[in-house]
Amino acid sequence: MTRYDVIVIGAGHNGLTTAAFLAKSGLKALVLERKPWIGGAAVSRELHPGWIYSNCSYVCSLLRPEIYRGLDLARHGLQVAPYGGGVTFTRDGDYIGGYPDKDVRRREYARHNERDADAYLRYSRDTMRQCRFIRSLLMRTPPDPASLRLRDLRELAHLGREFVKLGPTTMGDTIRFYSMSIADYLNEYFESDLVKAHHAGSGIIGTALGVHSPGTAYVLLHHYMGDVDGQVGSWGFARGGMGAVSNALAGALRAAGGEIRADAPVARILARDGRVNGVVLQNGDELYSDIVISSLDPKRTFLKLLDAGDLDADVVRKAREFRIRGSSGKLNIALDGLPSFPALGAGHPLVAGDMHFLDTLERFERAYDDWKAGTWSKDPYLDLLIPSLTDPTMTPPGKHYMSVFVQYVPRELAGRDWTDADRTAFRETVFDQIARYSPDFRSLVLHAEVRTPQELENEVGLTEGNIFQGELTFDQLFFNRPFPGYAQYRGPLRGMYLCGSATHPGGGVMAAPGANAAREVLRDLRRPAIVPQGWSDD
Amino acid sequence: MTIPREHYLQAVFPTPFHARTSAANTLNAWHRWRDYTVADAYFDVGLEYTALRNACTVFDLSPMTKHLITGPDALAYMNRLVTRDVAKLKPGRVGYTVWCDDAGQVVDDGTIFHLRDHVYRLCSQERQLDWLHGSAPGFDVSIQEETHDVAALALQGPTSCAVLKRLGLAGIETLTPFGIRGYAFEGGELTVSRTGFTGDLGYELWIDPELAVALWDRLFDVGQQVGLKPMGTFALEMSRIEAGFIQAGVDFLPADRAIRAERTRSPFELDLAWLVDFAKGPFTGRRALLAEKARGSRHRLVRLDVEGNKPAKDAFIYDRRRKNVGVVTSALWSPAAKSNIALASVEMPHGAPGDELWAEIYYQKELKWSRLMARCTVVEGPFYSPARRRAVPAADC
Ligand SMILES: Cc1cc2nc3c(=O)[nH]c(=O)nc-3n(C[C@H](O)[C@H](O)[C@H](O)COP(=O)(O)OP(=O)(O)OC[C@H]3O[C@@H](n4cnc5c(N)ncnc54)[C@H](O)[C@@H]3O)c2cc1C
Repeated sequence: MTRYDVIVIGAGHNGLTTAAFLAKSGLKALVLERKPWIGGAAVSRELHPGWIYSNCSYVCSLLRPEIYRGLDLARHGLQVAPYGGGVTFTRDGDYIGGYPDKDVRRREYARHNERDADAYLRYSRDTMRQCRFIRSLLMRTPPDPASLRLRDLRELAHLGREFVKLGPTTMGDTIRFYSMSIADYLNEYFESDLVKAHHAGSGIIGTALGVHSPGTAYVLLHHYMGDVDGQVGSWGFARGGMGAVSNALAGALRAAGGEIRADAPVARILARDGRVNGVVLQNGDELYSDIVISSLDPKRTFLKLLDAGDLDADVVRKAREFRIRGSSGKLNIALDGLPSFPALGAGHPLVAGDMHFLDTLERFERAYDDWKAGTWSKDPYLDLLIPSLTDPTMTPPGKHYMSVFVQYVPRELAGRDWTDADRTAFRETVFDQIARYSPDFRSLVLHAEVRTPQELENEVGLTEGNIFQGELTFDQLFFNRPFPGYAQYRGPLRGMYLCGSATHPGGGVMAAPGANAAREVLRDLRRPAIVPQGWSDD
Repeated sequence: MTIPREHYLQAVFPTPFHARTSAANTLNAWHRWRDYTVADAYFDVGLEYTALRNACTVFDLSPMTKHLITGPDALAYMNRLVTRDVAKLKPGRVGYTVWCDDAGQVVDDGTIFHLRDHVYRLCSQERQLDWLHGSAPGFDVSIQEETHDVAALALQGPTSCAVLKRLGLAGIETLTPFGIRGYAFEGGELTVSRTGFTGDLGYELWIDPELAVALWDRLFDVGQQVGLKPMGTFALEMSRIEAGFIQAGVDFLPADRAIRAERTRSPFELDLAWLVDFAKGPFTGRRALLAEKARGSRHRLVRLDVEGNKPAKDAFIYDRRRKNVGVVTSALWSPAAKSNIALASVEMPHGAPGDELWAEIYYQKELKWSRLMARCTVVEGPFYSPARRRAVPAADC
């Protein structure tokens, strides 16, 4: 029988982050992972010989620089290479390019609508104002607004100060922003439907809501609030795929003496008298610790790993009601060469950026209608990238890897599970969408991995296949994430903690939930606070 | 202007004068001004500056953002947009102005050219199309950006009028400051305004880009004998600080670009109260500015004469108790005023004439850094403003 100081369930990037900080603080830490590999939704796998896929997440920006530095991830091999810009194709053979150079971008917008070109500056300013506010909260534990403890009052005061710092105009805008739809938000800036469509995707990625649904404006921030080396809103590739993030975190953990056990699914969290004392694995092994930290979403944690009898009724109800609907799928494709996109022409720089194919908000809404009707979008939104144009380690030279994020894709098809035939039909829908803009694409396909929410649920362990471990709507954010009373990373049993994307500040390869959870554990153990505070933007 | 799809292949444009400015740029020193590259300097910053104050220079200002505002409601629109009373600006006159957001914070500064009845050109530091269109509903006006359609040169310095006379611009010496006049030039029209950013006698020449090179050539044909030289941005920057002019993005942050509240400034806080006309009727920001006037401002822009000769670039400003009360936004040793000058933004109530202020200056000699506290005197008006700047008729040198 082995005892650990802490046991972390799940070797996703958040679980690894929590464990790495705790190990660094001198605790004997163990991470238990269900799969033979680590990383969760931040993973690189070679599913076609010679091709590395970023199977789930594929681009990096949110990863907090405080953690990158605090855990020495550069020394543990993590390198993030920014890529520039993106493009939305139109059905009439044109496109709008989001060039990284601001004057070129402006000219490009002006090509479609002169006024929108300048309105983009106002749009960026207002979005940056929102980013600045939320960035100040990422590396902090949300206050409990119902508590009178000094620390909660202090945190509430901090929140109030940050809010007042926004100034009267932005304060009002902030309240509106959190409840608005992405379509309404974009309507306040742009005239051109194409310009709006070009920006709308960021409001619905990973979200089971349409562009007209209230709350989608906020989702935008999960695509703008990150940075690569201080460039807020910029995105990059983790060299070697997103698994490089998890591998570097694992390196930091091991260097600090921590341990990872893969192929070790946890069956239950052991609890007695209102406190945890370990876990039991599916193979029956029992492992003991006074601290058990789950990186899984609350449905898995509360409804599967714990006995209802160990919990109060209301917590169980809250976990049941936590909204976590699957809406996205992914294709990972090995290509024999670089597909051409005739609208762009050969050698166009934006081939290395993110590519999109919905050119009106109407098409976005239709795509969502299909999801509501229980099927995948027949005219889907794609976030398509060719990482091998930037990262030479992903494929053999001259070959390419295409990562295609697909929205919307339901967890069940009109109430039933996916079949192989469904998966093939889904793949064909996506291939058709790509081939419409790239005639030679199909002839280059060597292999394709198809991931519907069903695979994301069963293979990655994301309930319903929701990529963020729970929807990022205001009712489930900040001191309500995952639900009121449990937003400070502590569970309902003593010694039990949560550290996954279902906690503040939510989904994405950010590592902030994991770091914040570690900070709380150290606090309870009265150990030195080694988890870095957030860096100020001011 | 129709923009080709392949515009990205050339991210930055040559100005209409590039054939000549590049030939003249013996230093091959360039920087980017929005869509264009312009010269930092052509042969020597100090000598270019001297040419400006002693003879004359041309500066390529084509990249300046320009808008054409026309229509029956053009005047009413302009008056709603800016803080000044545009009704007082007769056709053929230019006025410097600022415009504010609803909170009375300066969005940008620029010049209004009243070209003809119902036709205004608005030159600005920043891109303004979104703001200008946003202010347009309810007014029968047409607003077009014409940055790329108008080439422009600033011809400045004591012999600038002489150059234009030699060019054959009859009666140019009688053009009053801020006046505009049109002349025929090689089958097109050359618009001349007696305006500039140097605080000296000078003109700005506005022309069809097709005729730009011809204009440059003619200017140098006739101008060489009176010392005409090309001048880059570095020398211009020296002269505009001497003239006490402020610059968007340097001395104030345009309100419509500000991410952080409290970083913006009102016209009062930029020493531009003279541009605010409450009597003219409603304009954007009026209510907020009236309130500010009643309540008092938070900041003040001051012109400082800094003791000693070490430029106070980026210096913090302290009061007599060594409390930080502001920061220098622009500074240099002024060759024309022979003093060490600075523009600074300070918190109220500091910066009243006679107030004691100190600048914390870091400077280096041969890689050795030193720190210095220099006493500053608040001065009123521009640091340098020669009489020739306003003389009518304009002198030949
Ligand atoms: C298709 C897709 C695309 C995405 N794209 C991006 C992107 O480009 N950029 C971005 O920033 N974010 C992206 N995201 C979101 C991001 O990847 C996730 O929010 C994040 O990786 C979640 O990390 P986590 O550590 O919180 O949880 P997870 O990664 O879900 O980790 C949980 C871990 O627990 C393990 N586990 C589950 N049950 C058990 C058990 N019983 N016992 C032991 N272990 C268990 C799982 O196997 C998993 O390894 C994407 C997500 C998906 C699915």
